[in-house]
Amino acid sequence: MKFTEEHEWLRVEEDGVVVGITEHATTQLGDIVFVELPEVGTTVTKDEEIVVIESVKAASDIMAPIDGVIVEVNEALAEDPAMANEDPLGNGWFFKIEASDPSQMDEYMTEAAYLKLIA
Amino acid sequence: MSDLLETPLHDFHVELGAKMVPFAGYAMPVQYPLGVMQEHLHTRAKAGLFDVSHMGQVIVKGADYGAAAAALETLIPVNIAGLGEGRQRYGFFTNERGGIKDDLMLANRGDHVFVVVNAACKVADIAHMKTLDVEVTEVTDRALLALQGPAAEAVLAAMDPRAADMKFLDVTDLTLNGVTCWVSRSGYTGEDGYEISVPAAEAVELAQALLAHEDVEPIGLGARDSLRLEAGLCLYGQDMDDGLNPVEASLAWAIQKVRRTGGARAGGFPGADVILPALENGVDRRRVGLRPEGRAPMRQGVPLFKDETGGEQIGFITSGAYGPSVSAPVAIGIIADGLHEIGTQVYGELRGKRLPVTVAELPFVPAKFKR
Repeated sequence: MKFTEEHEWLRVEEDGVVVGITEHATTQLGDIVFVELPEVGTTVTKDEEIVVIESVKAASDIMAPIDGVIVEVNEALAEDPAMANEDPLGNGWFFKIEASDPSQMDEYMTEAAYLKLIA
Repeated sequence: MSDLLETPLHDFHVELGAKMVPFAGYAMPVQYPLGVMQEHLHTRAKAGLFDVSHMGQVIVKGADYGAAAAALETLIPVNIAGLGEGRQRYGFFTNERGGIKDDLMLANRGDHVFVVVNAACKVADIAHMKTLDVEVTEVTDRALLALQGPAAEAVLAAMDPRAADMKFLDVTDLTLNGVTCWVSRSGYTGEDGYEISVPAAEAVELAQALLAHEDVEPIGLGARDSLRLEAGLCLYGQDMDDGLNPVEASLAWAIQKVRRTGGARAGGFPGADVILPALENGVDRRRVGLRPEGRAPMRQGVPLFKDETGGEQIGFITSGAYGPSVSAPVAIGIIADGLHEIGTQVYGELRGKRLPVTVAELPFVPAKFKR
């Protein structure tokens, strides 16, 4: 698993990279009440804002961590946004992206480096 | 946050694990470890304890209650003289243009008027009242706590049984935890509850005693905001301000007949030449409740349109959030007169998209006041 400074996590699976946000991020955001996900098939560019999250406190965005095409989104999360608080690294995932340049993953942190960042 | 003021409960909040934020010049708890959503739901289900000591507590004294009331009526367009002893009432200061300078609660405490004003406006409010020929004293040695929710009566009555005899908007002295407190049966959540003015030195012990009850949790400003929004209660500076008159702010109900045209003490307050005709003839825009369709909250500043595309802006959202008890987004906004009827569908523009919003009845949750 890789981590970004924007508190996203990326997990490489056979058919794409699964992206979510870390427990640290969900704790900071507070109770998440709304998630707007991109449409499957959308071509996205690294650092493009593609997800809107609203917590009880404020609205924030999630950016595409890499270039690629959205191949799957977590519809269950849109129905029950609290899943992002309850299980951020599991059922609370956001979208799956087919990377057009997997080497973009290289710049991201290991879990150990990320934990150091938020410590 | 060193230049921020602190309430007498500051260290107590920190001990409880509160996240402290700057608010109206004070370091205030925005949430406790329970979190905004659970704090909100707990208050509606049981009881929540709020520190609202940042608000201004002011004693206004004249030769007698009537003299103080008469003086205040020159600044406030409500019936203060006719307020019974031991009763409280909502009101506001108006300006020369008919706008609202601040909103407040007024109580007849026998020989004086007890006024509670917003923290952000209190310096200006006190200076404003000091222009009157009465004695205006800010109470700086007392904290203000609010205990809100369906369990509030039982919790407070266990300390002083007279709490149960109070009706909504009654004010009286109660002995709580051995201390004489000035108590009103009112609040800012839409729930039954009390506001308790307690000597600063005794405030932490009283808060501890209240929190010792299993039904009571400490509640921060985050949940206070979502609770008041669901209850349809205005936040000064957001849902109304010095550019909006009371009729536009849908607060005409707070101006009793006696202060309106034809009443025994009609007018005589700043902006009466704007407000009195507005009461008779109507206004061009009004504050309303709004229910956005779907799940996306529409927050302060979201523009409103009549149609899905094109057309001029016809209003804007002044407060909006996800309503934890409603389980949907709720909002308050200002909308053009004519589109303010309940059930009217308009559109809010969110992130470049116009999404349906329906004008809705306030409050969004039924008021639970003990009348």
